Amino acid sequence: MPTSFFTGTDYALSLPMILLSLFGLGVLIIDLMLPAEWKRWNAITALIGLGFSTAAVMRIQLGHFADGRPLVGSFAYLSNVGGQVVGSVLMDGFSIYFFYLFLLGAAIAILMSAHYLEIEHEHHGEFYALILFSVVGMMCMASGYDLVLLFIGLELMAISTYVLVGFLRRDKRSNEAALKYLLLGAFSSGIFAYGLSLLYGLSGSTNLQVIAQALQRHYSANPKDPIAIVAMITTATGLLFKVAAVPFHQWAPDAYEGAPTSVTGYMSVAVKSAAWAMLLRIFLWGLYPLRPVYLPLLVFVSVATMTVGNFAALSQNNLKRLLAYSSISHVGYMLLGLIASDNITNKTGIQGILVYLLVYTFMNLGAFAVVTSLRRRDIIGDEIDDIAGLYSKAPTEAVLMLLFLLSLAGIPPLAGFYGKYFIFLSLIQTQHYVLASLAVLYAVLGLYYYMRIGSAMFMRPATDPEPVAISPGMQVALAVTAIGTVGIGILPEFFIRAAGWSLGIQQAGTSLLGFLR
Amino acid sequence: MPQNYVPIFLFVAVVAIAIPATLMIGKLVRPNNPEKAKLMPYECGIDPVDNARGRYTVRFYIVAILFVVFDVETIFLFPWAVQYRALGLFGLVEMLVFLAILIVGYVWIWKKGALEWV
Amino acid sequence: MLHLALFSFFGAICVAGAINLLAQRHPINSALSLIVVMGSLAVEFMLLGAEFVAVIQVIIYAGAIMVLFVFTIMLLNAGEEERSAGSRIAVLLGVPALLILMGLVAWVLIRQNPASGTVAAGALPGTPPEIGRLLFRDFLLPFEITSVLILIAIMGAVVLARKEH
Repeated sequence: MPTSFFTGTDYALSLPMILLSLFGLGVLIIDLMLPAEWKRWNAITALIGLGFSTAAVMRIQLGHFADGRPLVGSFAYLSNVGGQVVGSVLMDGFSIYFFYLFLLGAAIAILMSAHYLEIEHEHHGEFYALILFSVVGMMCMASGYDLVLLFIGLELMAISTYVLVGFLRRDKRSNEAALKYLLLGAFSSGIFAYGLSLLYGLSGSTNLQVIAQALQRHYSANPKDPIAIVAMITTATGLLFKVAAVPFHQWAPDAYEGAPTSVTGYMSVAVKSAAWAMLLRIFLWGLYPLRPVYLPLLVFVSVATMTVGNFAALSQNNLKRLLAYSSISHVGYMLLGLIASDNITNKTGIQGILVYLLVYTFMNLGAFAVVTSLRRRDIIGDEIDDIAGLYSKAPTEAVLMLLFLLSLAGIPPLAGFYGKYFIFLSLIQTQHYVLASLAVLYAVLGLYYYMRIGSAMFMRPATDPEPVAISPGMQVALAVTAIGTVGIGILPEFFIRAAGWSLGIQQAGTSLLGFLR
Repeated sequence: MPQNYVPIFLFVAVVAIAIPATLMIGKLVRPNNPEKAKLMPYECGIDPVDNARGRYTVRFYIVAILFVVFDVETIFLFPWAVQYRALGLFGLVEMLVFLAILIVGYVWIWKKGALEWV
Repeated sequence: MLHLALFSFFGAICVAGAINLLAQRHPINSALSLIVVMGSLAVEFMLLGAEFVAVIQVIIYAGAIMVLFVFTIMLLNAGEEERSAGSRIAVLLGVPALLILMGLVAWVLIRQNPASGTVAAGALPGTPPEIGRLLFRDFLLPFEITSVLILIAIMGAVVLARKEH
């Protein structure tokens, strides 16, 4: 065991989490002293905290990646396993990429929330503290290289989200959604923990690398061992639940519909990205030796997810439910990337998933920002009827919403296209032609339900005269998401390189820090 | 290992014998003369108005949940205390950070009024 | 030999408590017999050398969780449960299914892992000092994150149950 077990590297690597926790605690304490009309300062404090944390992530990126080698060991209690230092945190490009993604999603969600919470009369500092703490959990999920840290990160994020979903105390739907989400979430966490315990039992370690080595030996000696298969299936069940893949998706529409709209947006991007980060980390690092076993399972889940998500979205009249089902179908596309690529012989699909999650953050949060602004005095505003005639009331917003929807559908000059493009490309590279054509068919189907919203906005008259609620924070949120959606669509090069960098893909003529400088 | 628990086991055995024994002796010695007032549950000298297994107010429930949460916290204090010397100053700092975060939570519930009864 | 005798004795108490839990008609009585189950489980853990788990079993399960159970029962004011006749199918199918399941589990455990021999009690790390070393050195970051997790739990309880203003 190393004598110094909290080194300068450990400090630097945990600094983003430390800063976020400190600011979260700060928001809690400051909130107690703020008079009711000053509650906005909580949002500002939280945003400053996110800013500081971003700076700390940049510091890691610039300081520790200078020699171009990912930082593998930190909190390195198991020094030198098989010639490599492994620790409970693995800070590589993958982690850094997801850190930025979480910080971005949280910042936009906070911008959307301030005015919305005032309308709901639930403007409390806890909201922002919970968002900051959930980001800490997500960071553990993305950078965790140890089952204990991964699980604690997952629970930290999940419990914060349960509370955020039920944040509207007066709204029965919010309470119901929180309860359903809590019960199903706790159940899935239990199954997941069971899987992790079996993995520990098989390998004698909680470290992903040691687990992978042990599974490799185990699998080559005994490929049909039921315990390894049960461990893989239970772990996968927990992970697939968290990303809301069919058949573990039932919680998503209810939780998305009942949650405060800005929280729904946050759940659909940052929380989902974190679940994806952990899923990729476990499937591609820890469970990699079992890839021949889990591949058929993933094909089934992915096809089922695309089918259920797309067909169920067709008949929804509630905007949040519709976007929930669309979000499920997007998970189906992303799973295809994992099926095509194993991150060793082919990285395109994984790169596609990362690009997809980035563009999804912009376009889906943008769409939810518009839905959030429909919540006005006495109007809940989450039905398709409520968005009808938006063009006559707020033309800019209506056009932006159309952009977000077209991007979600994957229409070429917009960002959403590039997410799908890489996934389909990876499928073709690995000769999965049937899956590729199925995915293209479903993408066309998706256009129909997105355009239902579009036609309601432009073709139908407004059902109520009340103007939409656009606060300065919301304007910033809309501007950022719109610039992201259009910008990535027009200049995708930089972002695709960033995703490639995070997976260690060497690009000709680009320095590894190219995307920052 | 298990022999470390011999004193505890003896203690449990003594309790398991002593309590029934004293109750039995009491029952043998005391006069038995039950009446209605004697059998009534004692409630600060006031006649009970309702069944003792009545409904509690929901506020007790928050207290119970907070108790569970802080109880989980004590679990972490326990291995720290037995390793206090080995962990040294750094262990103390770790535990103080751990407690500081929870104390912020405690201050927050207090100021938030979650423990106020009326 | 004494070890085995103690283990079987407390195992029997545990099973008896669990059966009593199901047989009792009043929820409070069921909750109290659950304490017996938890307590004897703690002794079982201790006999297996997992002292820390035994302590957790007493402090968290027999202590805190049971407080929560009892409070919930009192809060809901649950009275005596009514016994419905129960369906015959449940008995006819359920009992054999249970026996088959138990047999299968036992078979898998014995058959599939013949290599896994016996381990002396206390041979595996599980004492509080060892847990302390693991928790405060190797798992430093997860430990500190846990305090944030507990804080979130506190906030959740208060936020979701707060009073209307």
